[in-house]
Amino acid sequence: MIRIGAFLVGLFFSGWLLVSAAMGAFAFVTAPTAPTAEHEFHKPAKSVDFSFDGPTGKYDRAQLQRGLQVFKEVCSACHSLQYVSFRDFKDLGYSDGQVKTIAQTWPTETPSINPDTGEAATRKPMPADKIPSPYPNDVAARAANNNAVPPDLSLMTKARHGGSAYVYSLLTGFQAPPAELKEKFPASMPGATTHYNPYFANLNLAMAAPLTTDGQVTYGEGAPKATVDQMAKDVTAFLTWTAEPKLENRKRAGTAAVIFLLIFLGLCVGAYKNVWADKKKAHA
Amino acid sequence: MSFPWANEYKPSNAFMRYMDEKLPLPRFVYNAVGAGYPVPRNLNYFWNFGVLAGMALMIQIVTGIVLAMHYGADSSIAFGSVEHIMRDVNSGWFLRYAHQNGASMFFIVVYIHIFRGLFYGSYKPPREMVWHLGLVIFLLMMATAFMGYVLPWGQMSFWGAKVITGLFGAIPLVGEPIQTWLLGGFAPDNAALNRFFSLHFLLPFVILGVIILHIWALHIPGSSNPTGVEVKSEQDTVPFHPYYTAKDGVGVALFFLLFAVILFFAPNFLGEPDNYIPANPLATPANIVPEWYFWPFYAILRAFTVDFLFIPAKLLGVLAMFASILLLFFLPWLDTSAVRSGHYRPLFRKFFWFGLIPTIVILGYCGGSHATDGIVLISQIASAYYFAHFLIILPIISRVETTKPLPTSITEAVLGNTPANATLQPAE
Repeated sequence: MIRIGAFLVGLFFSGWLLVSAAMGAFAFVTAPTAPTAEHEFHKPAKSVDFSFDGPTGKYDRAQLQRGLQVFKEVCSACHSLQYVSFRDFKDLGYSDGQVKTIAQTWPTETPSINPDTGEAATRKPMPADKIPSPYPNDVAARAANNNAVPPDLSLMTKARHGGSAYVYSLLTGFQAPPAELKEKFPASMPGATTHYNPYFANLNLAMAAPLTTDGQVTYGEGAPKATVDQMAKDVTAFLTWTAEPKLENRKRAGTAAVIFLLIFLGLCVGAYKNVWADKKKAHA
Repeated sequence: MSFPWANEYKPSNAFMRYMDEKLPLPRFVYNAVGAGYPVPRNLNYFWNFGVLAGMALMIQIVTGIVLAMHYGADSSIAFGSVEHIMRDVNSGWFLRYAHQNGASMFFIVVYIHIFRGLFYGSYKPPREMVWHLGLVIFLLMMATAFMGYVLPWGQMSFWGAKVITGLFGAIPLVGEPIQTWLLGGFAPDNAALNRFFSLHFLLPFVILGVIILHIWALHIPGSSNPTGVEVKSEQDTVPFHPYYTAKDGVGVALFFLLFAVILFFAPNFLGEPDNYIPANPLATPANIVPEWYFWPFYAILRAFTVDFLFIPAKLLGVLAMFASILLLFFLPWLDTSAVRSGHYRPLFRKFFWFGLIPTIVILGYCGGSHATDGIVLISQIASAYYFAHFLIILPIISRVETTKPLPTSITEAVLGNTPANATLQPAE
């Protein structure tokens, strides 16, 4: 009974799947799906090397500091870092005093209340505060940016396929739309408030190129030349740190764990051979 | 039950004698996973995976309990509390990555454990109950993993919850009220998050209970072995401890090595980047995909694209997806071959390695990919084979196949049929 029932159920599911497949194949041949603009023009992230790549990679502190500078002078005009505190910047190699100065001179103030009246107010950020958003709320952010909310960047390098390479590619990927796009997919051309970037999932995004000219940010002495490429790399490294601040602890612990486990494996194999010696002997 | 030659527990000192009299827990452990449990001497490394699965569960419970101390099950703070764990809790990043990737490790070892059972016919009498309890554990694991994935309240958490509870919405007439009742609302929100957290905390302990039943049921006939020949005499077995505790040690070390490499060097490799975006009911991700361990089932769900008479395609997909797991409960009656092990079943073996395994891999690939026309077509053909394999091909094979001769005993399979066997020392 079970086998007859199973046979019928199997016949139904398999049969109907094959019928569906045949119908799908027929539809595919007679009316193939039109290719999309994204399919033809979207590019995978560029390949780029960072100091934190690989199993022993570390952050380059000087690069993170430059990245912070780019973030502070460019990105922070629209984006927040709501999961990062000013005090976390000590990881970038700053002292307590320097962190305090960075907080006090941050371009955006922290929301607060007036201690006398209780009315909404703002104050200078303290090291314990999170990096404030330049907008009081999403409605204000939307209103100021053609109806697109600038996302929080704390986790950006972990929240997109391609990770850090994607962020770097996006920052350096703004360009004029190719003539071919206009011919084949006029609907996918950037509008008045969107900007073409082949690394973005649907090709046009609300953000305009944030890094446009070499020397847009003035790096301190001894730093590499502030080209667009260099600034994009530096801020990407900084945003990788904001997304994964414990990366160095993780890799260090991992190296120790793997070494320990290799020794442990050796001991286990030895114990196994020892215990089984009398059972294997009979083999000879 | 055990074999008559099983070692007997002897308390080694006065305290243990006292314990043995009042509460024979040491005796229980000794008979369950100690020297008092005789095990076939020829188990290969595929027999490590039961122990590994148990260990994976313990890792999940220990890390999970600590995570729950820092996590906030409220839709307004859940995402932020996970980031708090990752950044501010001492070693929080380690606990969270261990728990997140520990789930993947759990599924890796459980899948190997299940396929071990499928290849070596472990589901056949007298071990049907072991198989059935194992499937119950698998179903509980899937529910637990799904609910755990919702807790960080990222984009994939939210949309995953919406899609999976939406499966119940496919039930005719009562589907939508059931979905609303399950979620405590019309869409996943705080009510859903809270009940998922509560159940995600409860179910691992239910799994633990069913594991105890699983091992209990196993110990009645005793462990199977790669030849599928039953234990006949004392020289066919060795005591679990120290022989298999030592062999499991090697498996445990390799398990932890793989776990460490993933956890410390590629902790987000198995995850979906979209889950680092906070849940947003107004923005649907371009490609909603579950975690990798659900991909084959997700491919079956999406393979149904055509209504059958009055049954909508969506309902067919849901039925097929549940059927794809439930049919495993019927395996003891679908595969009637008297020979257990795939080693001695040439036809079964061909269909296993060249039919079933590639099909599952292809289904997994399709389930994780964006559902383009081509992917759907491939998943339809692969799903068709999946059902045909278990429901049509397997019963036929077990009837028509000419099996290879079995060794007369486990000892013969290990040592060859030599006169020396007769003089072998019995197992200690």
